[in-house]
Amino acid sequence: MFAERMRAVWVIARRDFVAVVFSKAFIFFLLGPLFPIIIGFFAGAIGASVQHDLDRAVIGVAMPARDGDKLIMARDAMADHMTGGVPDMVVIDRLRPGEHFDARAILKKRQLAAVVTGTLDAPVLTATQGRIDDWRGMVALFAARARSSEAIAYPDVRADVVVTSAAHEHNGQVVTAQAGQLLLFLLTMLLAGMVLSNLVEEKANKIIEILAASIPMDALFMGKLFAMLAVSMVGVAVWGTGYGVMVLAGARSIPLLATPAVGWPLFLALGFLYFAMAYLLLGSMFLAIGGMANTVREVQTLSMPATMMQLIVFFLASFALARPGTWIETLSEVFPVSSPYAMLAHAAEYPAIMPHVIALAWQGLWVVIMVRGGAMLFRRTVMKSGPGRVRKRATNRTGQPA
Amino acid sequence: MGKEADVPQNDPPQDLAIEARGLVKRFDGTIAVDGVDISVPRGAIYGVLGPNGAGKTTTLRMLLGIIDPDAGYRRVLGTENPTEVARRIGYLPEERGLYPSMKAYEAIAFLAALRGVPLAEGRRRARRMLDEYGLGHAADRQIRQLSKGMAQQVQLIGTLIHEPDLVVLDEPFSGLDAINQGRLEQLIRGLAARGATVLFSTHVIAHAERMCDQVAIIAGGKVPFAGPVDVARDRLRPQVRLETRVRDGIWRAALPADARCDVKASGSAFWYFTLPETGVEPLLRALIEGDAGILSLSIERAGLHDAFVAIAGEAAARALEEHREEAEILAKKGRR
Repeated sequence: MFAERMRAVWVIARRDFVAVVFSKAFIFFLLGPLFPIIIGFFAGAIGASVQHDLDRAVIGVAMPARDGDKLIMARDAMADHMTGGVPDMVVIDRLRPGEHFDARAILKKRQLAAVVTGTLDAPVLTATQGRIDDWRGMVALFAARARSSEAIAYPDVRADVVVTSAAHEHNGQVVTAQAGQLLLFLLTMLLAGMVLSNLVEEKANKIIEILAASIPMDALFMGKLFAMLAVSMVGVAVWGTGYGVMVLAGARSIPLLATPAVGWPLFLALGFLYFAMAYLLLGSMFLAIGGMANTVREVQTLSMPATMMQLIVFFLASFALARPGTWIETLSEVFPVSSPYAMLAHAAEYPAIMPHVIALAWQGLWVVIMVRGGAMLFRRTVMKSGPGRVRKRATNRTGQPA
Repeated sequence: MGKEADVPQNDPPQDLAIEARGLVKRFDGTIAVDGVDISVPRGAIYGVLGPNGAGKTTTLRMLLGIIDPDAGYRRVLGTENPTEVARRIGYLPEERGLYPSMKAYEAIAFLAALRGVPLAEGRRRARRMLDEYGLGHAADRQIRQLSKGMAQQVQLIGTLIHEPDLVVLDEPFSGLDAINQGRLEQLIRGLAARGATVLFSTHVIAHAERMCDQVAIIAGGKVPFAGPVDVARDRLRPQVRLETRVRDGIWRAALPADARCDVKASGSAFWYFTLPETGVEPLLRALIEGDAGILSLSIERAGLHDAFVAIAGEAAARALEEHREEAEILAKKGRR
C-alpha cells in the first residue's frame, strides 16, 4: 500500500513539475529575483546621485580677511588627511574690524550649510543642530591649524590589518542570518502561492474529481507539495548558478556574506531542509485552504489570514534574532511555523549541530501532522457535492436536496 | 466508513461488483442521499436512473471512495475501501475535466498513470486507442484546441485505457450527439461483453431501458427500486387495447369495471384497460365465448418510463423529462 501511495505521489509530482517548469510562467518565476535587484540598482544609483548632490555641503566664511583666508588654507591642507566628506569652504565676506555679520540672515538667503564667523581665536559656527554636531570639532581643528604659524608634519601610521574581529564576525553572521531568513520567507511564500493557484486551476478544470477517484487524497496532496518543492530547487539552482557566475566574473559590487557559524556547506544543507519544512508547513496549510475554495477570489479571502500569520511568524523570527538567549528566541525556535526561520538564523550564529537535529525532528513531526490534517480537511471539502448549478435547479423543481 | 454501517453478517456474494447498504450522506445538515441500497452483479450493465439532484452523483462518489458516507456500508470489487482497487476502476465524472495545456495522448497517458499504467505504456496505448476511435489526427493537439465532443472522447478513452474491471460513468451521454450516443452504447455493450461491469447514471430512461440488465431508480436521495429492468416493468400490469365489433354482450363481464371505451361511428368499440391478474387466457376465452367479435387485440407490457412514474412518482418523472429536454438543448448549443 505504501509503495502504491508513493507511486501516486510520484505521478502527481511529475505532472505538476513538468507542467510548471515548462510553462511560460516559470520564466517569470526565474526572472523574479532580477526585478528587485534591478529596481534596487536603479534606486540605489539615483539615491546615491541625489545624496552626492546633497552631501556637497558648503560652509560660508565671514571673518576678518586674513582669518578667513587662513581658515580656508588650513582646510585645504588638512582635507586629504581626513576621512569622510569634508565640506567646501568659501569666503562670503571679508569683515572689517568691528563689523557685524548676520549669519542667520545669510543662511536663509544662500545655499549654505553653515556659516563660520568670529575670529580664529573665537570662531562661531551658525548652522542647524545636526550640522553643528558634525562640524564643530572640524572647524575647531581647522582654526587651530590656521592659528599655528608652523607647518605640521603628519607622521606616517603603519597599518596592521587583521582579517576580522569577534564583533565584526558576529555582525556579519547576523547579516547572513537575516539574509537567510528573508530568502527562506520569500521563497516559501512564493511557492505556497504557486501550489495554491495550481490547485484552484485544477478545481476550475474539473480534473480534481478524477484525481480524487484515482489516488488517495493525501498522495495527491503530497504530490502537489513535492512537485513545487522540486520546482523551487530548479529555481534555487538557477539563481545560485547565476550568483556564482557573477561572483566569479568579478562583479565586486555583489555583496559577499560572512561565513555562517556552522560553515557554508552545512548552512546550505540546513537552509534546504529548513526551507523544505517551512514550505511543507505553509504549503499544506494553503492546500487545505485551496480545498475549501472554488474561485480565485475565495482563495484570496481564505488565504489572507494564513498569509498574515506567516508575516507575523517571520517578524517574530527576525525580532528574536536581535534578542539571543531570551524567551522570544526560544519561542520562535519552538513554535513550529517560525522554527525553520529561527533555526536557520541559529545556524548562522552558533556552531552547535545537535539543536538542528532536534529542531528538524520536531518540525518533521509537525509537517506530518499538518500534511495529514490538511489532506483530511482537503478530502472533506474538495468534493462536497454535485455541480452547484444543477443542484440549485433541481432543488427548485423537486424540492429535494442534491 | 459510516458510523451506523449495517455490515452484512455473511461474506458478500462473490458475483457482486458493488454492494452498498444504507448509504447516507449529508451536506451542511441537508440529506443528499438517504439510505441507498445497491447491488451490482459482476459483468452487468447497471443504470442509476433519476432526475437531476436525486443523489446519483453523490451515490457514485461514495461508491468510488471520493467522499465517505456518513452512514452505511459499501463494498466495491471485494473491498470496503474503494481506493484500494482504484486501478481496476475507470471513472468518467459528470463534469468532464482535463488539463487544457496537455496534448491529447499525454492526457490519456496521465490518466493511465494514475491507474498504475507505466507512462511509456500509457503513451503507446493512448496513440493506439486514439487511432481506433478515429482521433489519431488529434493525438498531438492540446486539449484546449479540441472541440468539446473530441475532448469528451479523449476523456472516455482515458477512462478505459487501463482496461478496468469496473467502469463507472456519470451521465456519459450528456453533450453527445445521436451518432456518438450510439457509439457509446456500442462501446458499453462491448465492455460488458469482455466481462467488465458497467455502472452508469442517466436521466434518459430510453438509454437505461435499451442497455441495462438492472437499474436503481433514485429520487429524493432514496432508492425506491433496485433490480432487473423486467422486474421494474412487471410492477405494472400490461395494458390491453381491444377492438370489438359490438359494444355490449355477456363478454363485458370479463372486462375490468374501469375499462375505458371509445365508440366509433361504424359501431365498433375500442377498449383500454389493465390486464386482469387472472391473465390473458380467461379474458380471451370470455371474449370468444361471449361472441364479442374481436377485430384487434394488443397487450403491451409496461415500459420503464411507466414503471418509473409508478415507482418514483409523477414529480420525479416530470423532473426527469425536464432534465432530458434541458440536456438536449445544452448538447445542441455545445455542438454549435
